[in-house]
Amino acid sequence: MTRQLLESTLRVSTPLIFAALGGMFSERAGVINIALEGMMLVGAFGAAVGTLTTHSPWLGSAWGIGAGILLAAVYGICVIRLRANQIVAGTAINMLALGLTPFLCKIKYDVTGQTPAIPLDERFQSAPLYLSWVMVVFCWLWLKHTRQGLWLSFAGEHPEALDAAGIRVNRVRWAAVLVSGALAGMGGASLSVYLSSSFARNMTAGRGFMALAALIFGKWKPVPTAIACLLFGFAEAVQMRLQGVVIWGKDPIPVQFIQILPYLVTILVLAGFVGRSRAPKALGTVFRRG
Amino acid sequence: MTSGQTPAVELRELTKRFGGVAANAGVNLRVKAGTIHGVIGENGAGKSTAMKLLYGMLRPDAGDILLGGTRCNWASPADAIARGIGMVHQHFMLAGPYSALDNILLGAEPVRRGVIDRPAARRKLEALAGQYGLSVDWDRPIEELPVGVQQRVEILKLLYRDARILILDEPTAVLTPQETASLFENLRKLRAEGKTILLVTHKLKDVMSFTDRVTVFRAGKVTGEVATAQTDPQELANLMVGRKVVLGLHVPPARPRPEPALEVAKLSLKGGAGSRHRLAEVSFAVRRREIVGIAGVEGNGQSELVQAILHPRESRCRTAGVVRVLGREVTSWAPRKIRELGVAVIPEDRLLEGLLPERPVRENFLLGLQRSRAFSVAGFIDSQRLSEAASVAVKEYDVRPPDLDLPAGKLSGGNQQKLIVAREFQRQPSLLIAAQPTRGVDVGAIEFIHQRIVAARDGGAGVLLVSSELDEVLTLSDRILVMYEGRVVAEFERGRVTERELGLKMGGA
Repeated sequence: MTRQLLESTLRVSTPLIFAALGGMFSERAGVINIALEGMMLVGAFGAAVGTLTTHSPWLGSAWGIGAGILLAAVYGICVIRLRANQIVAGTAINMLALGLTPFLCKIKYDVTGQTPAIPLDERFQSAPLYLSWVMVVFCWLWLKHTRQGLWLSFAGEHPEALDAAGIRVNRVRWAAVLVSGALAGMGGASLSVYLSSSFARNMTAGRGFMALAALIFGKWKPVPTAIACLLFGFAEAVQMRLQGVVIWGKDPIPVQFIQILPYLVTILVLAGFVGRSRAPKALGTVFRRG
Repeated sequence: MTSGQTPAVELRELTKRFGGVAANAGVNLRVKAGTIHGVIGENGAGKSTAMKLLYGMLRPDAGDILLGGTRCNWASPADAIARGIGMVHQHFMLAGPYSALDNILLGAEPVRRGVIDRPAARRKLEALAGQYGLSVDWDRPIEELPVGVQQRVEILKLLYRDARILILDEPTAVLTPQETASLFENLRKLRAEGKTILLVTHKLKDVMSFTDRVTVFRAGKVTGEVATAQTDPQELANLMVGRKVVLGLHVPPARPRPEPALEVAKLSLKGGAGSRHRLAEVSFAVRRREIVGIAGVEGNGQSELVQAILHPRESRCRTAGVVRVLGREVTSWAPRKIRELGVAVIPEDRLLEGLLPERPVRENFLLGLQRSRAFSVAGFIDSQRLSEAASVAVKEYDVRPPDLDLPAGKLSGGNQQKLIVAREFQRQPSLLIAAQPTRGVDVGAIEFIHQRIVAARDGGAGVLLVSSELDEVLTLSDRILVMYEGRVVAEFERGRVTERELGLKMGGA
């Protein structure tokens, strides 16, 4: 049973890890990304449609990634080019994704709730799980050892210094937001084509925000963030195990209460750590020269 | 410059407008290679704008930038850097959590097989550091290095990029006299190696002692260019302000009354977990009709001290100790009640704590006095009385332009400060807390504000003056306390201390 729980933890952490790494790119560059949720959602939808169309989870994921990038581009236009407030624009993007996905689903499949099921042999078996951990290590090394990694960190910590060093801050931020969309899209894809067998309306159910919480808990660093994702993944795995289990008395605890668990853990973690974790200094600010 | 030699840098009729205001209106500047050239002017005179244009951070609306006789057209700092220009900004362009090495490399990283080649960069830097005597602990995060060393990092950043023309914007603002001396020693070394240095400053003393030539800015134009050896501070000050100014205010000695205006006893503020105290058992008294100056390099607890006096009941401002104002213990009082005892405050950051920059001058004049009976009737503001009082004060304190409807943020720094002084002094204060009262204020306004502070003293107020400008502390204070790392480490009477001794104490000696 422990082994099962462990496996389950690793599996359900996968979308969180992708999304949280996506959030890391954007936020380390100074752009708050609460739109992760929406980017994940369109990613999940895009991947489901893509897989149903191409019969390959890899090509399908590419669709999901593309959808994430597309939505990230809309977000980038709002917050980088038009300098909109990042929280407000992010919320709007989330609502857009929430409405857009069932709408497109209706057009394509004539149902608003769910895409048709993807056959088992066209779904991922375990590739996203391994890929997510490869990404964690890659991001960690990339941040530390490449010039682009250094630029990313300065874009979020001291954009004026980056500009004075002759690097275009907003270009770095654009790249970061797009990569963020790609990773969140992949997170969504691993929800619809790996953990389940179709896209369902609002299937992310707050996982984008959980990823953001993990990012904060992990101090915006890849490895600690991934570990934080595991914590949330564990809460979710436990939740799934406890459903229908009788702990005391005659009846099982109502499933609705059990399902609260991951969110409760998120709140507790955020309440305990947000203040203590040091965000990139220029997070949420607009960069304008002079 | 009558010789036929081409200047290293030349600005020709450079113009830059922000909105309708010309920050630079036809600026002409010529700098000879291998010299230290002073650029001096009041705040807002356009010297920083000119330097940002030269460095490619801004693009001119008209006019030309020439380097060694060639016309240049920068799209961004990257272009200027590529042509050998480097700039040390007044607010350092360094990210605190990252190492000195990474801060220096940024934008010019040597890359080997896709990754940053830090060992190669370190070798190059160590060679440079040896050549100019500028050693730095490369791996320490910037935030753990003293300001003087951070500045060294900034200079190394330029040398690392092979800059031949170095622009330094207000480099001495945050340094002790000793650090300043060592900075200028380094600059002389750089000059001897053939570097051209532009020194932007508002301090006449820096210009007089360390430059070869000086260009003076006023109101977006150049009002003079002279050889340093052939001028004197008075002439430069007159060129800066456009009229004759009085340098070196004479302050008659105080005749303090025995009763204290302010007493603090063992005032402490604990830092975060594990860090040292930000205020450590600070005790002193300010008597009425006396100016007590707090000298110190910025960041040694002066700001915290002022906050602890004004907000003693807040645990983020004070963790232990007692504050007494005019003989009453106010440690648990609300700030407003303390202010109502007759406390006037000139805050350190006027745009953050002193004014609402978006709101008109009239409302800013009321700020903090909105409950005062003088301006309200049954809970409503009596706008007529307010306007009358504000226009009288604006005239008396020479706030220009005298337009009550102008947003305060549109006034120049000096006029903003005069507005604050006018507001705070309208009722004779018994205690005045003046934090950096002339920061970013032009020479003319400095003179005015200094006179008013002395007048407040002679009118019976106790004055606590906090300033990182040594001259200011030495001129105004009847007693001087030196703060270092959150403690008062020395006390001097007026005239009993030299700048050098003070500087040593400020450095923790």
